[in-house]
Amino acid sequence: MRTPWSRRALGSAEDRATYETLHTASQAAPALRRGLTEDSASAALKHLRTLLGVSSVALTDTERILATEGTRERRSDAMELARQAIAAGTTQAFSTPHAHYPYAIVAPLTVEDAVVGAVVVRSATRSAGLARATTEVARWVSGQLELAELDKSRTALMEAELRALRAQISPHFIYNSLGAIASFVRTDPERARELLLEFADFTRYSFRRHGEFTTLADELQSIERYLVLEKARFGDRLNVTVQVAPEVLAVTLPFLSIQPLVENAVRHGLESKAGGGKIVVIALDAGTEAVITVEDDGIGEDPDRVRRILAGDGPTDSVGLGNVDERMRTVYGNAYGIVVETAPGAGTKVTVRVPKYAPGAAL
Amino acid sequence: MNTTYSAIAVAAVALATLGIGLFGLRFSRTTSDFFVASRSVSPLWNSSAIGGEYLSAASYLGIAGLILTFGADMVWFPVGWTAGYLVLLAFVAAPLRRSGAYTLPDFTQMRVQSTAARGVASMLVVVIGWLYLMPQFQGAGLVLHTVIGAPAWVGSVLVAVIVVINVVSGGMRSITFVQAFQYWLKLTALLVPLVFLLHAWTEDGRPTPSDAGASAAWLSPVAADTGLGLSMYATYSLIFATFLGTMGLPHVVVRFYTNPDGRAARRTTLLVLALLGVFYLMPTAYGVIGRVYAGDLVDTGETDIVVLELPMRMIGGTLGEVLGALLTAGAFAAFLSTSSGVTMSLAGVLAQGPLARRVLGPVAGLRVGAALGILVPLGLALVSGRIAVASSVGFAFAVAASTFCPLLVLGIWWPRLTAPGAIAGMLAGGFGAGGAVVAAIVRGSDEGWLDQLLSRPAAWSMPLALATMVLVSLATQSRRPSNVRRTMVRLHSPERLRLDRADADGISRPDPPRG
Repeated sequence: MRTPWSRRALGSAEDRATYETLHTASQAAPALRRGLTEDSASAALKHLRTLLGVSSVALTDTERILATEGTRERRSDAMELARQAIAAGTTQAFSTPHAHYPYAIVAPLTVEDAVVGAVVVRSATRSAGLARATTEVARWVSGQLELAELDKSRTALMEAELRALRAQISPHFIYNSLGAIASFVRTDPERARELLLEFADFTRYSFRRHGEFTTLADELQSIERYLVLEKARFGDRLNVTVQVAPEVLAVTLPFLSIQPLVENAVRHGLESKAGGGKIVVIALDAGTEAVITVEDDGIGEDPDRVRRILAGDGPTDSVGLGNVDERMRTVYGNAYGIVVETAPGAGTKVTVRVPKYAPGAAL
Repeated sequence: MNTTYSAIAVAAVALATLGIGLFGLRFSRTTSDFFVASRSVSPLWNSSAIGGEYLSAASYLGIAGLILTFGADMVWFPVGWTAGYLVLLAFVAAPLRRSGAYTLPDFTQMRVQSTAARGVASMLVVVIGWLYLMPQFQGAGLVLHTVIGAPAWVGSVLVAVIVVINVVSGGMRSITFVQAFQYWLKLTALLVPLVFLLHAWTEDGRPTPSDAGASAAWLSPVAADTGLGLSMYATYSLIFATFLGTMGLPHVVVRFYTNPDGRAARRTTLLVLALLGVFYLMPTAYGVIGRVYAGDLVDTGETDIVVLELPMRMIGGTLGEVLGALLTAGAFAAFLSTSSGVTMSLAGVLAQGPLARRVLGPVAGLRVGAALGILVPLGLALVSGRIAVASSVGFAFAVAASTFCPLLVLGIWWPRLTAPGAIAGMLAGGFGAGGAVVAAIVRGSDEGWLDQLLSRPAAWSMPLALATMVLVSLATQSRRPSNVRRTMVRLHSPERLRLDRADADGISRPDPPRG
């Protein structure tokens, strides 16, 4: 923007002022999107000061001053002013005994109609323009904080969905497994006992309440338990092959992100297919990623239906696929959604890629 | 030297490598109906794989050549390359595994929470990888020139092409089994001929290097002092670089990820120490015997081929040719396994870069990364003058010791490390050691203080980096990552201790008794 050429190309002085304002605002936005904390306030404040063009500005929550920026901010005094504005709920102007900047403008920050803090601006002169600007900046900051709230509730929703998914494995599966185990109790008590222990281990893993992540080794072990139990029910009609590169066993991935895919393959691919079928689970090492595929030769699915499921508006009985997809995208970014290859009568293959390292994804 | 057997051996190794790369993915999988999940990579397999990838041309050929030329003080190279794992074992292995990082840039980002620091670490990984690859290519050219008389560039290009095909086709990525096999192949390829050579040497009346005219300086571990303490400095600097540089090599760190937990990482490291200790006895023996029977190679400057020359000189005949061919095959295996491992690590880091991610996508990114990872060191290998293979690998160690060693050690053991400190330290060490190394390559060798300071920079560049990292961190304490305590707990608490990862639901009872 500094060269004469780009000055002309970027339009008039007003245009450039607009650009600069928007740019400054966009620099403050990422910090504020993390919510209102000391860290985010101090990161955003220098940009807000530039935006307002004043020499001193402070951000408070309802209790205390979070950060100050600029010359000779008097902390105690600012909180007092902020309290008055927070109580009033509107922008207030004050005269203070401050030697250089006797005028203060305080605008409250509101998130969903609740006041969460205030912006305190000091000025050497009384100016209606500054009051207006402060109000607008406070409104913009409030908007960003509302977005932060939204992010937070989205995360909470994801967590709730994860809990919902755990609960969801059980009804069909528990009923079917217990039925299958019961059928062995008299004919083969030893096998029934073993199956019950598998069942106990499986539920212990699935119902554990802590931690969002697990290792691929643990997840595969749970899948194997699940398949042992399903095999008890299907007998020879269920063929299973698990191929795992030992290098990827230590990979960290979201808890219960592969097991639902296997369950989906059994329930939707093989259950209604005459003569049963085959399930192949493969985990490969691909450099910085692990690639996991779950394939069945069952009845397949209409691709459009799968597309709807992944988009989130499909029938509720296939929530597994959509949930795994959504969680993978949330944790690793949109490039890591699941890939489903299927057609009616042609079986189904689901591919999941997991990066070996991702910031924040840890046990 | 008769070329037929050796040419066949080189062709066989090249084809076998390509074959494993193209068709051998099956090796990488455990196929079974049930309960494969518990079969993780055992420390022995993993340590063999580290050995297979780590023992490069420098170890296989270079050390014997250096000992032949300079004598006993060169034994510090293999000692350092092994002892590096001791430092790794004591300070880094388990916490690094617990960090969950797959590459050094991953660790950097995880510890100081900064993408800028990650970027600097990525650049350094690339530089270190290039310095490590260059001598591999040069060595390959030299070997092919020696055994079949081809021009030097043929061998370099051949190795580069095979490695690129392998990495791009997706084979031999980091298959533990294949790399572990490489260790035992290299060990056998050196051991079997050595048995015959020792036999011939005994028959000959066990002449010592002194009998063959080696000076007292040749025999002294800190020898050939020119009166300025020069060789003392060089030796200590070498010890610094090798002891501390091992932990900063990109292809070594990647292997630690395969361990299931920190404990297994320690065990693996311990086994690596043993495997390397055994292996390095042999190049040393070749060097000493070489001083007796092939002292004239020093005058030709082609000392790196002493290992390949000895069977023909001492035994001769068909047996000598076959043994020579076996050694050549092992040398090529060394070039290929190390180059593949390093190139794969480089390609991974380059493909993870923001540019590659956005513009190319993951698969194309990896391919372009592999091409870039190979082309630059290949170019360097072809244009730069001859430097002894082992010395040249020493450069990579010096840069690694001056950058990642302070980062890893401070990152793991010092909570006050900050992102600006890490960046400043890595840059100081990187530009210090890297600049010195480039200057040394460009200037060529002479005797004197400047030459020693440039070609063996670790003794000053590593403390420089460490001091920079500490001072800048202290000056920027406000930038300490907010989650540093949590990170430290994670790095240092054994996985069995269920701290944050505790079974909060209370069903962590011991397993029920089984039939």
